[in-house]
Amino acid sequence: MTTQKINITLNGYNVKVDKGTMILDAAKENGIIIPTLCYHKDLCVAGNCRVCVVEVAGQKRLSAACATPCEEGMEVMTNSLRVRNSRKHIIELLLSEHNADCTKCYRNGSCELQELASEYKIMTQDFIELVPFKTYTIDMFSPSIIKDDSKCIRCQRCVRTCSELQGVNALTVSHKGDLMKITTFMEKPMSAVVCTNCGQCVNHCPTGALVEKNYIEEVWEAIANPDKHVVVQTAPAVRIGLGEELGFMPGTRNTGKMVAALKRLGFDSVLDTDFTADLTIMEEGTELLGRLKKALVDKDPDVKLPMATSCSPGWIKYIEHMYPEYLGNLSTCKSPQQMFGALVKTYYAKARNLDPSKIVSVSIMPCTAKKFEAARPEMLDSGYRDVDYVLTTRELAIMIKQAGINFPALEEAKYDRLMGDSTGAGVIFGATGGVMEAALRTAYEIVTGREVPFANLEITPVRGMEGVREASVKIENPKKEWAFLDNVELKCVVAHGLVNAKTVMDSVKSGKADYHFIEIMACPGGCLGGGGQPIPTSPEIRKKRAEAIYAEDASMPVRKSHENQEVIKLYKDFLKEPNGELSHKLLHTKYTRRERF
Amino acid sequence: MATSYQLKRADFIFKNENDWEQVLSKILNRTSQDLINELISSELKGRGGAGFPTGLKWKVASELEAPEKYVICNADEGEPGTFKDREILERVPYKVLTAMVACAHVIGAKEGYIYLRGEYKFLEPELEKVIDEFEYYLKEINFDFKIRVFMGSGAYICGEETALFESMEGKRGEPRNKPPYPTNYGYNGAPTVINNVETLAHTFTIFKYGAKKFYDLGVQYSRGTKLFSVSGDTPKPGIYELELGMSLQDFVFEFGDGDTKAVQVGGASGFLVPRKKFADTAIGFQGKLTGISLPTGGSMMLFNSSRSMYNVLDNYLEFFREESCGQCTPCRVGCQQLLLGIKAVKRGEKPASYLDKLLSLTETMQVTAKCGLGQSVANSFSSIVENFREEMIY
Ligand SMILES: Cc1cc2nc3c(=O)[nH]c(=O)nc-3n(C[C@H](O)[C@H](O)[C@H](O)COP(=O)(O)O)c2cc1C
Ligand code: SF4
Ligand code: SF4
Ligand code: SF4
Ligand code: SF4
Ligand code: FES
Repeated sequence: MTTQKINITLNGYNVKVDKGTMILDAAKENGIIIPTLCYHKDLCVAGNCRVCVVEVAGQKRLSAACATPCEEGMEVMTNSLRVRNSRKHIIELLLSEHNADCTKCYRNGSCELQELASEYKIMTQDFIELVPFKTYTIDMFSPSIIKDDSKCIRCQRCVRTCSELQGVNALTVSHKGDLMKITTFMEKPMSAVVCTNCGQCVNHCPTGALVEKNYIEEVWEAIANPDKHVVVQTAPAVRIGLGEELGFMPGTRNTGKMVAALKRLGFDSVLDTDFTADLTIMEEGTELLGRLKKALVDKDPDVKLPMATSCSPGWIKYIEHMYPEYLGNLSTCKSPQQMFGALVKTYYAKARNLDPSKIVSVSIMPCTAKKFEAARPEMLDSGYRDVDYVLTTRELAIMIKQAGINFPALEEAKYDRLMGDSTGAGVIFGATGGVMEAALRTAYEIVTGREVPFANLEITPVRGMEGVREASVKIENPKKEWAFLDNVELKCVVAHGLVNAKTVMDSVKSGKADYHFIEIMACPGGCLGGGGQPIPTSPEIRKKRAEAIYAEDASMPVRKSHENQEVIKLYKDFLKEPNGELSHKLLHTKYTRRERF
Repeated sequence: MATSYQLKRADFIFKNENDWEQVLSKILNRTSQDLINELISSELKGRGGAGFPTGLKWKVASELEAPEKYVICNADEGEPGTFKDREILERVPYKVLTAMVACAHVIGAKEGYIYLRGEYKFLEPELEKVIDEFEYYLKEINFDFKIRVFMGSGAYICGEETALFESMEGKRGEPRNKPPYPTNYGYNGAPTVINNVETLAHTFTIFKYGAKKFYDLGVQYSRGTKLFSVSGDTPKPGIYELELGMSLQDFVFEFGDGDTKAVQVGGASGFLVPRKKFADTAIGFQGKLTGISLPTGGSMMLFNSSRSMYNVLDNYLEFFREESCGQCTPCRVGCQQLLLGIKAVKRGEKPASYLDKLLSLTETMQVTAKCGLGQSVANSFSSIVENFREEMIY
């Protein structure tokens, strides 16, 4: 079906656009940017900020460009005097209601409101400042997120994000008129409600009203302390996102420069979370095969299948709140970040002859939920706090700028040894479907002795951006010890964005689904679209980042977790075997039932 | 010059007619097209405030193919001082129900709702009884249409049609973007006809007596009669049915206390008319030929010389500041600015010229606000500030 083309004029020029295109998009296609605030590519149209108003000939009132479809013959003016004056009024109004102390604001320099104020050169404030008339609260209880209502422009992007992308509905609108605000159930702090700390609302907020809790100063202090040995790990998705904050186009791979920058920041050892991603595959793959054996051979009625991945702390908190009856289905594996933390203060400390109490373990994550995860009371298996500070990709970029490093000019550097080795399988943990693909690459080979039957090891059915993707792999001619899996069709499902997790869990709950293995990542696109990644994140940007992740995988000499030489050495020298006693102590965890409000 | 006109009382709406079954059975025997034509030729316009031609509304909804369609009676009546819809539902509910069935027949709806203002809950039991009578009748004649009462939540904004749908769908009562309009995408996304209580009651008259009877009343562009809630400084407050098109002068002559300084036509979202403009102002819908003609949902509030227009405006703005749903910038922040702004001018904290900045702000609100509430704040603001500027300052 071809879409019908219609004629409109845009600022006097004739253009052809698809019927039904919103004025905003039609203008963009034709090189005209209309300012927006409440609009976001990921979300349904709200049309509430009104800064996108344009003039349509013959209409008494202005029209919101984001919410008005083009019609044949429409004459649109995007920059008439009337439009400019109205827009200016609206920006002035927003500023009058806003605690605009930009110099003390975390989003100073990356704020959409500030950008608009600058674009329209709002130099005076004629309207009365409303902030002194109101009482605002700043919610700092969450270890991940700070919510400052005095910086909120009520665009509801966060509310729509939490509902449409995540299906969590932790944020809602309450009150009306001048008192209207964004709040939680009974106005409780974010830390006391169903919020998963995923940070998608932070990533979608145009202003400083929702920001990550940052630990930049704490990390600088640790680095400056001569008594401390500061180790840093970097998650897979950071290397392909970081560049966006530092002058590169989305989708640029910057692994080597990132490592070089971290060394220049003064970290004592720069290591890779990809290493523990590979380790996760060993542990989780073994766990899955164990469960399958219990189910198929021992006919154990208590074995919990399908097994679900546990590397996404946003997903963990979600299931703890929403489907606590399925906690037994979660893999007991800690996330790669936490495995890493537990090993740094044990295995690494021993090998390097360091006092673990003097080690500060820092992780760079695309994620705000990892801040919460690191602070979970049970994450002390090394005898110390396994991960001391979690920084987002954005926080790392801030540190690099603060240090005055000319990032694009850096020479590439390599990760340090012992826990710095990684494979293509570890890298793809950063994309939705990646854990599944990595697990299949390894599990299939363990069971059959042959590589997965996909060209170039690329298990394409689990790749892509479809919200829920199902795939199955048939096991044929397994090795003798895995004979019970002969002709078993391993049924897998991948979902990203918690709203899709809900779809999968509901179908499991209803008994309709007969999956063996479920991969869920809380954020759209997986970690590459995480709440801690550069702002903006959009469907196109996620697509570019995913391409970068898979290109990184393809470029790696080793692409299967079980071939990671340092992981092999770790088992040989320390852990002994996957799911062994020490593994259980350090690398596995348990979950907590939580209330649903 | 306004048309000179004598005040003409009428008595259609509340006239008790004991024949709804006959009226309805006649209606149901006519074709959809026929009924639409009747309505169109009556030139009935919506009595809920916006004045959209009712026949056209039904026609658009009737022409759409959809598995579900709805008829909704808007009985949210939130305008302070107005209670004409309540009177109709109390005294002649069967007229409204007849009209809803007629509309269902015309557009092909299976379900209808009366969205009843929260404060009118006491009407519900009686209303349910009449609904039962209707449903019994409809069952007899095998006409598949259910009517339910939906209790409103008490927010003024929920009277706005799209906010009303949102609230019926269990969501927060926030107006939607338009287009799409309710006739295409209304309750549950289905084609919906939503009409004010009074609008529906008028269709009973039209279907029973024919369009001409209605059309012959009133003036060009403003046909028929209308209920007015008269309040303020008047010796005879109450509800009156009058022919549309009267001059405000005649109205004040009839209802004023001899000292009328100004009349607010159409409630908080309407216009304030000062004494010197009474003779030039007609009450009805704006047409190409008439002079100044002011629409109204029915509220007429008279003020005598003891009233401070500053206080009147202050009151309205406080109402809007609270009753705005708060979603869109021009309305949410604009209302706060207007209210604080006039206070600041009054106290001398801002120069009198600040009123001009506020006037230009209301122009922006009028053209950029998302719904009728924010768009219409300019009406009372500019008509009061422009006509009583001194009272705002001193
Ligand atoms: C803020 C606001 C409040 C409204 N409240 C009411 C109301 O209480 N009752 C009503 O019938 N219409 C109300 N309306 C008008 C409705 O949106 C709608 O136009 C009307 O129900 C259509 O019916 P009509 O064509 O019969 O007038 C309101 C509009 C706005 C903008
Ligand atoms: S949110 Fe934006 S406009 Fe507001 S203080 Fe921060 S940087 Fe400035
Ligand atoms: S918190 Fe941010 S995203 Fe949410 S309404 Fe406020 S400004 Fe918008
Ligand atoms: S962090 Fe995630 S779950 Fe929590 S409020 Fe934001 S979007 Fe919702
Ligand atoms: S104009 Fe006012 S009431 Fe209407 S949508 Fe905007 S804020 Fe809500
Ligand atoms: S971007 Fe269109 S109204 Fe906000």
